[in-house]
Amino acid sequence: MSERTKTMQSLGTPNLIRKAPENFLSQEAIAEINQHGADETRRGFLRKSFMAALGGVGAAGSGLALANPQGDPAILEKQIWQTTLGKNVATEPYGTPSIYEKNLIRRESPGLTRVSAASVAFTPLQGLFGIITPNGLHFERHHQGWYNIDPNKHRLMINGLVKNEKVFTMNDLLRLPSVSRIHFIECGANTGLEWGNVAVPTVQYTHGMLSCCEFTGVPLSTLLDICGADLKKGKYILAEGGDGSGMTRTISMEMALDDVMVAWSMNGEMLRPENGFPIRLVVPGVQGVSWVKWLRRIEVGDMKYATKDEAIHYIDLMPDGLHRQYTSIQECKSVITTPSGGQQLFDKGYYNVSGLAWSGRGKIKRVDVSFDGGNNWRTARLETPILTKALTRFNIDWVWDGSPTIMQSRAIDDTGYVQPTIRQLRAVRGTRSIYHNNAIQSWKVDTNGEVSNVQVG
Amino acid sequence: MKPILASVVVATTVFSSGAVQAQSAQATPAVSKPKPYMNMGRNATPAEVAAWDIDVRPDFKGLPPGSGSVAKGQALWEKQCASCHGTFGESNEVFTPIAGGTTKDDVKTGRVASLTSEKQPQRTTIMKVATISTLWDYVYRAMPWNAPRSLTPDETYALVAFMLNLSEVVPDDFVLSNKNIAQVQGMMPNRNGMTQKHGLWTVKGTPDVKNTACMTNCAQHVAIGSVLPDYARNAHNNLAEQNREYGPYRGVDTTKPPLSALPSAGMMMVSTASAAAPKAAGPADLFKKENCSACHAPAAKLVGPSIADVANKYKGVANAQALLEKKVKAGGAGVWGAIPMPAQPQLSDADNKTLVQWMLNGGK
Repeated sequence: MSERTKTMQSLGTPNLIRKAPENFLSQEAIAEINQHGADETRRGFLRKSFMAALGGVGAAGSGLALANPQGDPAILEKQIWQTTLGKNVATEPYGTPSIYEKNLIRRESPGLTRVSAASVAFTPLQGLFGIITPNGLHFERHHQGWYNIDPNKHRLMINGLVKNEKVFTMNDLLRLPSVSRIHFIECGANTGLEWGNVAVPTVQYTHGMLSCCEFTGVPLSTLLDICGADLKKGKYILAEGGDGSGMTRTISMEMALDDVMVAWSMNGEMLRPENGFPIRLVVPGVQGVSWVKWLRRIEVGDMKYATKDEAIHYIDLMPDGLHRQYTSIQECKSVITTPSGGQQLFDKGYYNVSGLAWSGRGKIKRVDVSFDGGNNWRTARLETPILTKALTRFNIDWVWDGSPTIMQSRAIDDTGYVQPTIRQLRAVRGTRSIYHNNAIQSWKVDTNGEVSNVQVG
Repeated sequence: MKPILASVVVATTVFSSGAVQAQSAQATPAVSKPKPYMNMGRNATPAEVAAWDIDVRPDFKGLPPGSGSVAKGQALWEKQCASCHGTFGESNEVFTPIAGGTTKDDVKTGRVASLTSEKQPQRTTIMKVATISTLWDYVYRAMPWNAPRSLTPDETYALVAFMLNLSEVVPDDFVLSNKNIAQVQGMMPNRNGMTQKHGLWTVKGTPDVKNTACMTNCAQHVAIGSVLPDYARNAHNNLAEQNREYGPYRGVDTTKPPLSALPSAGMMMVSTASAAAPKAAGPADLFKKENCSACHAPAAKLVGPSIADVANKYKGVANAQALLEKKVKAGGAGVWGAIPMPAQPQLSDADNKTLVQWMLNGGK
């Protein structure tokens, strides 16, 4: 234990002689006081310096006693925001988060890809609340870099098996009847690094290719109806992006007519450029690669297209050497986000354990949490709203006694599907897959309060 | 029942019924008012459709006529592709390798044997791809990496022929064309290597894994099978700086070894990360932000020359700064090979100056 820690602990204990924190005055200040004595100004300065050196210990929660018997300096002292004039309205015309939130940002995983234009930036799930992902933190995955596309030059073409091949401008699209729905988007490779073993430390890197937003747009069925899509022969659509990779994905007509939409808005503002501005496809329940960004073309066809990302990448290698092609649905999954890997608990006692659950096949029905590595389970509280193909937030009480603990969460959706263990998944799919790992996640809490990523089994 | 809508041509076709039925439970009866938006958008011209409709399907619908030889493909490859993919499509430097891992036997069986073994270190493109149309479509639509859609159909045929030659699928003197591409499909090493029999294509599909919701005494024995290795503890940088600095859950300071004991709540007042002064965005950040790093690395040649090579080449050149600033802004070709440096009109003069200065200084 460091000297500083010892000092703090004794400070926190009432009725003991308290040792002054070391070096709370600079050498210059000491020299000045020695030379000129302590007048009223210097007395005030001394008091402040001493408080600062205590570092606001008195403000700690968890029943920690006050360092200053008078009370907490955060209360007793006037703060600058109480005593001076604050900033004008619209000082930040498009606001940004507090400077105290600077740590919660999208991050690349070092070494994951060689080229950042074809890479991933992960959402910091460890610091988010509720189910909506702030637009600036929505994960990014690009295949050939992103552009800020001029909406006045953007076009959506619908061609193929339609009565009228049509072109829509942004003016046209925004005039059409729109819907707004909240859905999660998850990359098919989310958690893919962990098929073989534990590979990354935090929930940002294990599960951060996951976001959930309110999307506004026109149902694709409306556009297909306007163009007179041939629903007898047209069993598939091809969605194509306007980026350099011309990202292309096959989607079944059944889905296209169900809940797929051509969206321009995310959480009330226009899509961000890195998330597909000015329009992207929203394909609820299906892996993110199908949510084609900068959408420029929909083709109606009578067979699957086997484009690069559905013939080379987003395919699942099975133990017999066969690849599963057109795996798309993101099955029921959950993860505890707080506490989670790479976090530090400072004390025993009560914690609210919280996480996210979702299913590409429907709604979350129940989430169970285990604090003993999956031996015994308790059912968590589900927070509303509970929406289809959207994230659902769960919470559960936990009083930590300081002993080593393995936490897990297990989601069940309204089809009755129970999120599997990594062992069960590997038994069917082997260990060399990349995509669609929806295994139960385990976090170990050690006696030193450090939480780390582990796999059970 | 078909709606009768004389004023809207589209709605009278057989195609129109049912397209919107799924999304609106409150759908109006079939005989109802015409949908007021049915004439939105305008008809595409044939030239517009031709300009954008470039996809090629496994049945070769969409494939333009043309041909290209392995030899021509090799020449193009060396100029346009080798910098990222290696001379033999083997490079793992920028992207995963294209060729390797297949045998002549695979060409016979249509199943790549090395996909069942653990020995093959990397799964290459040719090991996985089942359809030749996929290769053709992607090369034509998206390659080369920094100049997508700049290849002609003939060049694309030649490049696909070369890739298949690298994999011993076609001989050295082969000419691939729209006439024989279906035959070559019959030689793709992994043409029988895909299955679509699984429950992950539709929402109603059947899952392949079944867990039960046991609540008590579910695991006889809880054993940890895998943990993050110690050497990887700080591989994602300091986790203390990736979490909030207040509240009950803080980031672990991974620059230091794990704590020996629980620190107690008093420690929570010690700010974990703010001691480190915020780093000002320097030229290195600018280099990344402006996406220069997609083509240039510090010491290794990627698509473009390395920073070290640029610094070396212009050492002692009197007007190097002005010359390069101009090149960065306007783009150029020929100095470092055939791949052009794209113009960077978005770059401010100040940022351009900073970047060039930094490059000429060897990235320091």
